[in-house]
Amino acid sequence: MTTIEERPAGDGAHGFGRIHRKEDPRFIRGQGNFVDDVQLPGMLHGAILRSPFAHARIVSIDTSAAEAHPRVRAVITGATLETLSLAWMPTLSNDVQAVLATDKVRYQGQEVAFVVADDRYAARDALELIDVDYEPLDPVVDARTAMDEGAPVVRDDIEGKTDNHIFDWEAGDRAATDAVFTEADVVVTEDMLYPRVHPAPMETCGTVASMDKVTGKLTVWSTTQAPHAHRTLYALVAGLPEHQIRIISPDIGGGFGNKVGIYPGYVLAVVGSIVTGKPVKWVEDRSENLMSTSFARDYHMRGEIAATRDGKILGVRVRVLADHGAFNGTAQPTKFPAGFFHVFTGSYDLQAAHCEVTGVYTNKAPGGVAYACSFRITEAVYLIERMVDVLAYELEMDQAELRMKNLLRPEQFPYTCATGWEYDSGDYPATLSLAMDMAGYQELREEQRAKRERGELMGIGISFFTEAVGAGPRKHMDILGLGMADGAELRIHPTGKAVLRLSVQTQGQGHETTFAQIVAQELGIPTADVEVVHGDTDQTPFGLGTYGSRSTPVSGAAAAMVTRKVRDRAKIVAAAMLEVDPSDLEWGHGTWGVRGDPKNAKTIAEIAMAAHSNLELPEGVEGHLDATCVYNPPNLTFPFGAYICVVDVDPATGEVDVRRFIAVDDCGVRINPMIVEGQVHGGLAEGIGMALMQGIAFDEDGNCLGASFMDYLVPTALECPSWELGETVTPSPHHPFGAKGIGESATVGSPAAVVNAVMDALKPLGVRHADMPLTPAQVWRAAQGRPLRTDLAIS
Amino acid sequence: MQVPAHFGYDRATSIDHALRLLARHGDQARVIAGGHSLIPMMKLRLAEPEALIDINGIDELRGITVSGDELLIGALTRHADLLSSAVVGEHFPVLHDAERVIADPVVRNFGTVGGSLCQADPSEDLSAAFVALGATGVIRGAAGSRTVPLREFHLGPYETAVAPDELLVEVRVPIRPGGSSAYTKVERRAGDWAVAAAGAAVWLGPDGAITDAGIGLAAVGAEHFTAPEAEEFLRGRAGDDAALVEAGKIAAQHCDPQADQRGPADYKRHLAGELTTRALRRAVARASGQEA
Ligand SMILES: Cc1cc2nc3c(=O)[nH]c(=O)nc-3n(C[C@H](O)[C@H](O)[C@H](O)COP(=O)(O)OP(=O)(O)OC[C@H]3O[C@@H](n4cnc5c(N)ncnc54)[C@H](O)[C@@H]3O)c2cc1C
Repeated sequence: MTTIEERPAGDGAHGFGRIHRKEDPRFIRGQGNFVDDVQLPGMLHGAILRSPFAHARIVSIDTSAAEAHPRVRAVITGATLETLSLAWMPTLSNDVQAVLATDKVRYQGQEVAFVVADDRYAARDALELIDVDYEPLDPVVDARTAMDEGAPVVRDDIEGKTDNHIFDWEAGDRAATDAVFTEADVVVTEDMLYPRVHPAPMETCGTVASMDKVTGKLTVWSTTQAPHAHRTLYALVAGLPEHQIRIISPDIGGGFGNKVGIYPGYVLAVVGSIVTGKPVKWVEDRSENLMSTSFARDYHMRGEIAATRDGKILGVRVRVLADHGAFNGTAQPTKFPAGFFHVFTGSYDLQAAHCEVTGVYTNKAPGGVAYACSFRITEAVYLIERMVDVLAYELEMDQAELRMKNLLRPEQFPYTCATGWEYDSGDYPATLSLAMDMAGYQELREEQRAKRERGELMGIGISFFTEAVGAGPRKHMDILGLGMADGAELRIHPTGKAVLRLSVQTQGQGHETTFAQIVAQELGIPTADVEVVHGDTDQTPFGLGTYGSRSTPVSGAAAAMVTRKVRDRAKIVAAAMLEVDPSDLEWGHGTWGVRGDPKNAKTIAEIAMAAHSNLELPEGVEGHLDATCVYNPPNLTFPFGAYICVVDVDPATGEVDVRRFIAVDDCGVRINPMIVEGQVHGGLAEGIGMALMQGIAFDEDGNCLGASFMDYLVPTALECPSWELGETVTPSPHHPFGAKGIGESATVGSPAAVVNAVMDALKPLGVRHADMPLTPAQVWRAAQGRPLRTDLAIS
Repeated sequence: MQVPAHFGYDRATSIDHALRLLARHGDQARVIAGGHSLIPMMKLRLAEPEALIDINGIDELRGITVSGDELLIGALTRHADLLSSAVVGEHFPVLHDAERVIADPVVRNFGTVGGSLCQADPSEDLSAAFVALGATGVIRGAAGSRTVPLREFHLGPYETAVAPDELLVEVRVPIRPGGSSAYTKVERRAGDWAVAAAGAAVWLGPDGAITDAGIGLAAVGAEHFTAPEAEEFLRGRAGDDAALVEAGKIAAQHCDPQADQRGPADYKRHLAGELTTRALRRAVARASGQEA
């Protein structure tokens, strides 16, 4: 374990602190370079024909008219791919997914054929010339009936498959939990759905593939959060030599998990390039993105909570039905088919807990973990934070008081929860107290009392979340067998300028700034002197990518560790320069100097030049300062926070106005506080979106009812209050500089706060729970005791 | 990226030129105004016109003027122009109320009054507002001009009285003393189409009684966007709250909302009543000088 150095709050120019993002000037000037900006000589354009049906047998596909189109270069179908053994590809959960449908289509929007043409217009025109004869089949739409006797079998491609079952998984101690429940004074049960939502990044997914037939080198510009993992997968799937594949992930316009997996369109662009011998660009449109790429959530949960009459929570039991869609494409560590859901014990000191999760196939788009969820911790936090409120409702207890009574105490850390996670550090009561002070909690309750007397509906919702981010450790965590450790390389040029090469890729998180600040902090050089190179497998070391808030906990740690290696090498060189023994030197934030003689010191730039000169170095020291490392995290980090949301509800229309939102986050040491706050702002907006307006429902025929931004709503500034942010800082004891990761905290923590606030507002009407999204219609129906099922079409 | 099918393009320089172009292309041509409804439909290939006739260069279609006891609004007037017009606000606050909740500033900067009415989306807000005001549309064809009350303008979803070879050129709104108006809408998010919306205009006699009332409803399946039974109920009645609540109930009874992801039919019917009452309250308060 490394100790945390005491550091003054920096100005950012030489390390940690608040500075503007290095990447912003090019984005503000419209000079970003996204996949769709890539233009190559002779480049062709691809378009995908998609299934209009949720479930249908393909009787025949006639592509002759499309092939006859004068500007069409190739039409590829499942049958073409079968001849290349590429009709199916592995998913991130060891299932397979059709690249192009061969036997059946299994969800609306599934890929059926791929046209390559001279331009986008011709490619799209040609789609209309393809004649597919479908024989419609009954779809499995309602996940709750997927396991019914006689339900249509979605995956009859899997030999011997006679039902829609994917997996059963459990965590925790069933017997101990049952015992706690038997003894408890109070047991409360609530059914809740965390509906299917979509990451909806501003930039949709796309790929430009260029196969150079002469060199055999395949270059792929792709919207990917995990370029190295993609390269290995292409090598394994297509049988191409891995060193001949280069994945470039240029500027990425938002990922949120949407760009972790490999989509059929990516593979088709590659095949298109191989078939035509030309570069092929494929960029999906908005509806394609919303209909066919990785969704998130879709967890039907039954929570049970056991407590004493005076509000000591004893145990939690959860039963989950997980809708994984037509192919199990969930991106998560292999050991954990339900991700890290079993951290649903949350921030509380429980005696026992147990969960069972059953995954099922349905005729919906595949995917699973996407959308800033830290591997299903969003579902877990929502579950526990709703259950605590449901318990408060039944005990007629104040929701803050109930939480305070049960929060882990600082002295309990490191704390092993009832399902086995080891929480690293925290002072939960201090964080909740700060949020309550910022909110003026007691005054808000007074105001609410007065309003209730007048028949007005005002609600105060609290969510206290604990996150578990930064996967590995690699011993426990891998994706398709690739362990979740990250490399880093740091090169120091003779003049002392630095180039840091990382495997993770930024999609808006500001890596080019944050990681430069880490090197600057560790090496005492200007942040401006550090160039961060990422998003190109030919230029960066291997690592598993950016998702699950893992970049700072894993690659951030790698950046610090590789810089420390450089610093250690610099010490040897400085000793030679100063003609002293290295043990006589001390580090002075940017210089190695002789202990007790501060004038006698060398800067990193001086040392770097010397390291490249003909200065005589001790035996075995080769010169230069460059270093590489691989960081394998010893544990996850556990950021946490206390959120308070205040809403007003119009009882006659069901409209919800989020009046205030107080967010106190503890993500350990903050590298660039401004970027941290930006991450929180974005996540809170996402939380408002999920809680109040987002959801992808399906009608009885399996039609996707969230396939455009008219139907799938993203929140605007008008739905978001002016966020009130606070912070506490509890460094992670095992991270090199105590950081914990912040990318998903707000998305994970905020939906429960909003829903709890709305339910608190509706409490005088006897409402205990209604499912998201809490649209005006849903709130009005909940107030009448007739809430809607939000995963199905409203009838 | 969604891309439209091939289409031709002509830019009309005058109303007559536009009509000639329309006549030449027959019903395969479409007029394009702001394009904020038509272009999305073309990109989704729900519309594949052979030719677009761009009317954005026709100045005579633009502008807001008072002529006698009528306010004249050119079909090419942008939402943003309607919203920023002081004379509109002075006479018809319902139009400003409505414009504030139509789409977003980007759409309002380009979308037009004529395009909105001709698109005839069942959830369209301006139709409900104009119907409440008793406005009339002026339609020009090769044979000349004709006027159609907006209450007879909409023939059904996406269908209007404007024939394929005609243009809507103007909307005329009668200016009558002693009245005011208001618009209310429930949406799932700013810029979203209405879950339900109601516009109301009332004219009060010297005793404060309602001499006339106009009600427009959007997104709830009200025939011609109107609620004639509720209007009839209000005429001659004191504008007390009980009457306004009752009028809302009548409006709710006579519409025919359909369930969709914005809400179930019972909720939309409830909203039709609640929003009608709210719009009426506001219109009465404004007409009697109690509210701006
Ligand atoms: C994101 C978004 C949100 C929106 N939200 C709302 C909302 O909340 N409420 C609402 O009411 N509307 C809303 N709209 C619709 C918007 O108000 C209309 O799209 C727009 O104003 C239509 O006008 P336009 O000038 O763009 O019409 P265009 O798209 O140019 O034309 C629409 C139709 O009208 C025809 N047309 C246009 N002008 C004439 C004319 N003078 N004579 C004959 N035919 C004509 C065209 O041929 C076409 O068929 C929204 C639109 C968008 C894109």
